[in-house]
Amino acid sequence: MKNKFATVIDTAIPLPVQDIDTDQIIPARFLKAISRDGFGKNLFRDWRYLKDNSLNPDFVLNKPDYKGSILVTGKNFGCGSSREHAAWAIADYGFKVVISSFFADIFKNNALNNGILPIEVSDEILSLLFKKINDDHQLSIKVDLEKQVLSFSDRSVNFTINAYKKMCLQNGYDNIDYLLSKQAHIQKFEKENNQ
Amino acid sequence: MAKTLFDKIWDKHIVFQEIDSPAVLYIDTHLIHEVTSPQAFDGLRKRGIKVRRPDKTVATTDHNVPTVDQHLPIKEILSRKQVQTLVKNCEDFGIELYGLGHPFQGIVHVIGPELGITQPGKTIVCGDSHTSTHGAFGAIAFGIGTSEVEQVLATQSILQQKPKTMRITINGALKKGVSSKDIILYIISKIGTGGGAGYFVEYAGTTIQQLSMEARMTICNMSIEMGARGGLIAPDEITYSYLKDKQFAPKGDEWDLKLAYWKTLFSDDKASFDKEYEFAAADILPMITYGTNPAMGIHISEQIPTEIPVHSSEESYFKSLKYMGFEKGETMLDKPIDYVFIGSCTNARIEDLRLAAQIIKGQQKHSSTEVWVVPGSQQVMKQVKAEGLDKIFEAANIPIRQAGCSACLGMNEDKVPAGKYCISTSNRNFEGRQGPGSRTLLASPLTAAAAAITGKITDPRQFL
Repeated sequence: MKNKFATVIDTAIPLPVQDIDTDQIIPARFLKAISRDGFGKNLFRDWRYLKDNSLNPDFVLNKPDYKGSILVTGKNFGCGSSREHAAWAIADYGFKVVISSFFADIFKNNALNNGILPIEVSDEILSLLFKKINDDHQLSIKVDLEKQVLSFSDRSVNFTINAYKKMCLQNGYDNIDYLLSKQAHIQKFEKENNQ
Repeated sequence: MAKTLFDKIWDKHIVFQEIDSPAVLYIDTHLIHEVTSPQAFDGLRKRGIKVRRPDKTVATTDHNVPTVDQHLPIKEILSRKQVQTLVKNCEDFGIELYGLGHPFQGIVHVIGPELGITQPGKTIVCGDSHTSTHGAFGAIAFGIGTSEVEQVLATQSILQQKPKTMRITINGALKKGVSSKDIILYIISKIGTGGGAGYFVEYAGTTIQQLSMEARMTICNMSIEMGARGGLIAPDEITYSYLKDKQFAPKGDEWDLKLAYWKTLFSDDKASFDKEYEFAAADILPMITYGTNPAMGIHISEQIPTEIPVHSSEESYFKSLKYMGFEKGETMLDKPIDYVFIGSCTNARIEDLRLAAQIIKGQQKHSSTEVWVVPGSQQVMKQVKAEGLDKIFEAANIPIRQAGCSACLGMNEDKVPAGKYCISTSNRNFEGRQGPGSRTLLASPLTAAAAAITGKITDPRQFL
């Protein structure tokens, strides 16, 4: 059981860069841990810190005006490696929702498996969202998973999510609970296929 | 009904499917390594459950291992601990481990195929995105996250949405000096890093049919770099003769039975794909990347584009050039190269090292360029020695290192320093991929070998 996903109303942090790969989200040298905890401190490590390990004041996570549990990013977010550490880092930092116009497949799955909601919007809505956040850093964004509606300013847009994944997020279920409940089917399959 | 190769394998592995839910897909082979598995084993312990089929699970250590002095303990404490954790987990859960010191140790995507574990028609997963490599044998193989590793350990099954199908056809003869690495870099430069997202790709056409298994693996390996879930190629005589007599390939009557099944694995003539691309082999020349994603590739003698590439945005494009220290419109040829890396799950098989040796033979390594040649496995190393390739490299002042992922991902000791340029036969040129601040240029083993001699970006055809 994981935490149940409830409606989120919060400000957002904008990162308008396209093709952000998982090596940027969490570089490989930080993948040596054997637990799932503590990855947040190295989220976007090489963008967030300068060479002398001091905070990079130009990076958005270090700007005091930007706060919130919603990350808004450029197209094709999470491309590259399958490392779930990327999703763990995002969750550990405190993000609950990531909004982009496109997510890489494996990242999207990893996010959902860790209670993070990835929301895909059109390129047009994404540009508008970046503009609105730029104009008002305190812009409030509402994410209603039940109704599958994202709202900000006077705009409301629907987003899609697989019904099964939605049920898992809302109830805090994970796939293993589901798969374990299907063990009889797995056993039957193995028998029939000489596995 | 006409089916694609992908559909034939997928349908045969569905255990259970509910409406509006992903399919429960049975997994024939689960490969694991030290980086993405410890949290999954922890999960099993917390739930108090065993690995359902340890006999279908194989482990190796590759990402963290040093590539010199492997008989000594790993120096870096966290790396050592991660490797030791895998050893313990494999002992506790009864899983076969080809760890350091074992004759089968090596990069997970090199050992699966060379040991005959990878076979046509199988479903294969691993907590590593380059699992797509195994698709070269006509298998459904894809990378998964650690939560999914736990699912497979627990149930030998995984929940998956069925991807769409794409076919990429390449016809014609390859030009001299053009290898399969150039083919895939060319395809990715045309389709973009997100062009394959949501799809499983089948590579087809006369060019593909003539490629060796090693060359096919290089292509399938990089399917993920265009965002595809995986890539696969229909098995044929080349596949069967590669597999025959491999350690874990079927033997005797079982071989005949399996072979009969493998021969049914092709896309039916009338099967339709959700998307199709076609390319001509004649249009492909040696490729090199200039930017920070694998789609930013050009022919080696071309200039860095002055227009923003279709698949990029203005911001990402200029950010990328700034990181690389390049200007738009510049020529790539003759730019100085500090490091050359020939290795990784993309290009560390025997054929890749033969290609590199072909250029290195009788030459000397450039004095100011550091060159790392890293075989993908102990078995590849054995073959390198049997063929005397080690002598060719050593005569050029290039000692061969020991098997591992090495400088592909900046996780072990082999790192490229900040600001330095590395021509690499690996798969990713992301910022910092080979070490913080490192600058990676992806290319074929031939192009990498040419740079090892000249110390600059060089068209390998001048050595052939």
